[in-house]
Amino acid sequence: MALKMVKGSIDRMFDKNLQDLVRGIRNHKEDEAKYISQCIDEIKQELKQDNIAVKANAVCKLTYLQMLGYDISWAAFNIIEVMSASKFTFKRIGYLAASQSFHEGTDVIMLTTNQIRKDLSSPSQYDTGVALTGLSCFVTPDLARDLANDIMTLMSHTKPYIRKKAVLIMYKVFLKYPESLRPAFPRLKEKLEDPDPGVQSAAVNVICELARRNPKNYLSLAPLFFKLMTSSTNNWVLIKIIKLFGALTPLEPRLGKKLIEPLTNLIHSTSAMSLLYECVNTVIAVLISLSSGMPNHSASIQLCVQKLRILIEDSDQNLKYLGLLAMSKILKTHPKSVQSHKDLILQCLDDKDESIRLRALDLLYGMVSKKNLMEIVKKLMTHVDKAEGTTYRDELLTKIIDICSQSNYQYITNFEWYISILVELTRLEGTRHGHLIAAQMLDVAIRVKAIRKFAVSQMSALLDSAHLLASSTQRNGICEVLYAAAWICGEFSEHLQEPHHTLEAMLRPKVATLPGHIQAVYVQNVVKLYANILQQKEQAGEAEGAQAATQLMVDRLPQFVQSADLEVQERASCILQLVKHIQKLQAKDVPVAEEVSALFAGELNPVAPKAQKKVPVPEGLDLDAWINEPLSDSESEDERPRAVFHEEEQRRPKHRPSEADEEELARRREARKQEQANNPFYIKSSPSPQKRYQDTPGVEHIPVVQIDLSVPLKVPGLPMSDQYVKLEEERRHRQKLEKDKRRKKRKEKEKKGKRRHSSLPTESDEDIAPAQQVDIVTEEMPENALPSDEDDKDPNDPYRALDIDLDKPLADSEKLPVQKHRNAETSKSPEKDVPVVEKKSKKPKKKEKKHKEKERDKEKREKEKKKSPKHKKKKHKKEKEERTKGKKKSKKQPLGGEAAAGPVQNGAPEEEPLPPESSYSLLAENSYVKMTCDIRGSLQEDSQVTVAIVLENRSNSILKGMELSVLDSLNARMARPQGSSVHDGVPVPFQLPPGVSNEAQYVFTIQSIVMAQKLKGTLSFIAKNDQGATHEKLDFRLHFSCSSYLTTTPCYSDAFAKLLESGDLSMSSVKVDGIRMSFQNLLAKICFHHHFSVVERVDSCASMYSRSIQGHHICLLVKKGENSVSVDGKCSDSTLLSNLLEEMKATLAKC
Amino acid sequence: MLEESREELMRFMLLFSRQGKLRLQKWYLATSDKERKKMVRELMQVVLARKPKMCSFLEWRDLKVVYKRYASLYFCCAIEGQDNELITLELIHRYVELLDKYFGSVCELDIIFNFEKAYFILDEFLMGGDVQDTSKKSVLKAIEQADLLQEEDESPRSVLEEMGLA
Repeated sequence: MALKMVKGSIDRMFDKNLQDLVRGIRNHKEDEAKYISQCIDEIKQELKQDNIAVKANAVCKLTYLQMLGYDISWAAFNIIEVMSASKFTFKRIGYLAASQSFHEGTDVIMLTTNQIRKDLSSPSQYDTGVALTGLSCFVTPDLARDLANDIMTLMSHTKPYIRKKAVLIMYKVFLKYPESLRPAFPRLKEKLEDPDPGVQSAAVNVICELARRNPKNYLSLAPLFFKLMTSSTNNWVLIKIIKLFGALTPLEPRLGKKLIEPLTNLIHSTSAMSLLYECVNTVIAVLISLSSGMPNHSASIQLCVQKLRILIEDSDQNLKYLGLLAMSKILKTHPKSVQSHKDLILQCLDDKDESIRLRALDLLYGMVSKKNLMEIVKKLMTHVDKAEGTTYRDELLTKIIDICSQSNYQYITNFEWYISILVELTRLEGTRHGHLIAAQMLDVAIRVKAIRKFAVSQMSALLDSAHLLASSTQRNGICEVLYAAAWICGEFSEHLQEPHHTLEAMLRPKVATLPGHIQAVYVQNVVKLYANILQQKEQAGEAEGAQAATQLMVDRLPQFVQSADLEVQERASCILQLVKHIQKLQAKDVPVAEEVSALFAGELNPVAPKAQKKVPVPEGLDLDAWINEPLSDSESEDERPRAVFHEEEQRRPKHRPSEADEEELARRREARKQEQANNPFYIKSSPSPQKRYQDTPGVEHIPVVQIDLSVPLKVPGLPMSDQYVKLEEERRHRQKLEKDKRRKKRKEKEKKGKRRHSSLPTESDEDIAPAQQVDIVTEEMPENALPSDEDDKDPNDPYRALDIDLDKPLADSEKLPVQKHRNAETSKSPEKDVPVVEKKSKKPKKKEKKHKEKERDKEKREKEKKKSPKHKKKKHKKEKEERTKGKKKSKKQPLGGEAAAGPVQNGAPEEEPLPPESSYSLLAENSYVKMTCDIRGSLQEDSQVTVAIVLENRSNSILKGMELSVLDSLNARMARPQGSSVHDGVPVPFQLPPGVSNEAQYVFTIQSIVMAQKLKGTLSFIAKNDQGATHEKLDFRLHFSCSSYLTTTPCYSDAFAKLLESGDLSMSSVKVDGIRMSFQNLLAKICFHHHFSVVERVDSCASMYSRSIQGHHICLLVKKGENSVSVDGKCSDSTLLSNLLEEMKATLAKC
Repeated sequence: MLEESREELMRFMLLFSRQGKLRLQKWYLATSDKERKKMVRELMQVVLARKPKMCSFLEWRDLKVVYKRYASLYFCCAIEGQDNELITLELIHRYVELLDKYFGSVCELDIIFNFEKAYFILDEFLMGGDVQDTSKKSVLKAIEQADLLQEEDESPRSVLEEMGLA
């Protein structure tokens, strides 16, 4: 064996260390993958060795490889081995590897629980620290549940280094195991006043994070934080607190008023930009939430805007960026304050940093008015021309459209201008926003009836130059506008100047190269156009013209009939047949125009995007019910017919993103009904919208109607939209003059009437009347549409689970699980079958019991499908153990529940977190194994106690064949499997791989419980490793203290008083001096170690109660003096009492 | 603004070179390996494509990215919601200072060859994405003492022990 070790060490000298690996990788640049796979093979060999140093080295290398992107999940078990090394050097590496590579899906993670627990309670603070740091990266719900109590204990560690880490990791624990929040919160709150500033700031961090998720539960902490905010000088802490207040204010407006002053003071005084920025942000948030209630904050807003202006003007790009970002928040509620800095923001549009330009663009959205829209868009258009990257240019494009279309084109006064802007945008090369432009074109043409004529003329020009748009190099996206152009020209063909020309343009062979869905629209709209031509020609009596058009159709349509696109093909063949039929009729001189036009009668109105969703399901219709019997299995889902046609959605005109509330909707619906009622053309086609428009009262005088459309198109040089800017300016000027005239007249009138108007005539936004108006505001909605449904909060939000009321007193059931196998304790309703099981066998044989438990486990197991089969076995064992406990406690549970519902003082120390100790005490240890045990009495079996023994393998061998033999005494006997004799050992129901620990439970029967007992025992086992197997044993002594015969039983104060009055209790007392621990913790200690519960507590005096497994009542009165504690006890058995008090004295002496 | 606030702590920290080689990664929110690789690759591309004088912040996916270049290394943090960009920038700087103090004018090679040390320092400075200690001194002290402990572990071994003969 020694030889083997030598060999291992010598090998090790030739092993690569991390440096060698890194160097090697750098030297093998050409065949890195090959070199690394070779390294991984070596590492696999190294991991097989026993030497922990070799393993640690291997794991360290793996961690490096993991960073390079290699999978190391196969080494998870080896990582755990290295984590459990006793040497800090290796442990550190193990934990690092784990924190880098473990995640919730890592199945071996459940094996780490006991190792981590051991490290957490290690005497070396660095062991503890490393474990905490690691845990913070890979904590799972299971680990959080099992270790919550250990970590909570560490929050009161003597070393601030540990306290700080424990406090911070608590946040992760809460997230994974929300049940721990309430029991742990009081202690966490204490840490806000920790003497160590590091711990304090950690506590602030955690509570602030918690509070920002669910602020309402933390309102009561506001005064405390307010104090901290005004006293702290640590900027990191201040930022957190200020952020927290930002979250609290919406819930408590009074807080906001109080906050403004200290925050503005900080804004004035601080030199730290990060703090200044935070303050400004919070003031903005506070003011937003207050905006309804407090009109007097314009000074604060001004201050913020001023400071932000300074940031934006700064040469530091970062500050500039953040200044703009914060501005956009103010913009939402106080647009006026921001608008006064328009100059600065427009300047930022020219910044060389793209991200700053984008931020400035965001702001533009809120800064436009009717007056400046054209100017701003013009500026943006020049940027579009200059922009080098397509991303930025695309962003500009969407911004232009956003700005113009916002609030139902509120700021557009001249739609001719807007259409020409859209047409200009189509000249962009390689944009992917063609569909956006198309949607705008369609939307404007449909909604603004007055613009249709102009739109049609522009679109026909576009169709004519389609070859430019659809040229092969830039087919991406922009040809989408042809879709809109074709539809507009078809639908509103009555406005076309030269329909025949357009018809020809749409039937060019080049069209066949367009995407299918566009061709389909072409084909359909060609017919509309054709119908219109027929009508015109027939009315004019030009039969040849009509026939020529038909001939053109017959000649050109076949190219579409051959299209590979199904939609195009189908439409084209239908239409071709139709046209051929018309041709025959025409040959016989039959007038056809009327009938063909009838095909397209009726006006299309925009349909709201949500319309379909709003159609209520008729009563009695179950959409989920089968119409026919379900088909056989052979028809799988994949075989469903795929959508042959393109997604309908892309093609539909995009509508204004309306987020109207219900009221607004109702109002609009009403308006629409009115409109429909008044509109004689509703449903039927309206022969001439233009005419109708002119009928509308009050718009005849708008001069722009008289614009000669042919003029701007023929002006060379300037881009088109500029023409319209000029025209629009002229129009406004004229309008103003007219207004002035009217005003003068009115003034004169007023003068005559000797009345004076106070307001001065200024030209405001409202004064500018638009040249055209948006006619169709509301979209089609189904009759009796359902009211809009609010989107629910995201149910997957992990923070919802932490929405827990923290002020409610803790219930008994809310303790943190002390050890993982006690989980069954947590508030589960008592299982009714328990007593039955217990009655059947008073001293249950272990095997039988297990069998029963297995049955019940099944249900539980089903819930835990996720667990991998490899570890199922282990889990089961744990579950079994949990069950035993659960059963034992289940009778207690209802009592506990009653207690919680009863007087608040009952069980009071439970509110205090449990004291730091674990209930497990060391039994025995050697180099192979460590045994710790916990003894608990059971109420069901009077005179039985359960001994839970945790066996931890600390060697590199696998431990198996473990057997426990205990020498019974007259008073205490071990419950053995049926048929085995007193001298036989009882097998331990599991094996232990290296570094793993597990728990076994044994039941002992005790005759008399008034005295403590000691039993000798031996654990024998086989330790097996590569070198072979050895038989080993470990002696131990089981110590049954009197406290271990007690079971925590809550008691009402009235019952307690009756007991004391009954008089048949003997009395005894002890006094312990030199106690410095707080009374609260002292009581908690007694409760924890001696299984008592507090009945009532008044100041520094408490009454406590417990019951032995044999039904003795024990009552205590605990009084705390200056430095001492006195305990008076009453019990039905004096020996038991005096023994108990002695044990208690020993515990208290340690305090 | 309440509904906006979700995870506020740091999501992850990356260190990578100008050549796009990852030098350190720390994830504070469980993320699958596949997703990690994808995010790292994508983010590196975005950050490396930025021009030198651009600001240190960018919006990427649903995150805010704060990065800063020191010599040949990019330090890059992802934060969410309304977290403070400036303090994150300060945090990056603080970490660089810590590395600098520890290694004595740190360079990329220090971090490559002692990557585990770089992690240990980061772990001492940040925990679960939150600042653990704002004082440089106490972070360095903790690291030094842990290192001392490590040396104690290693030093008493004689060559013979090392060979497993003692």
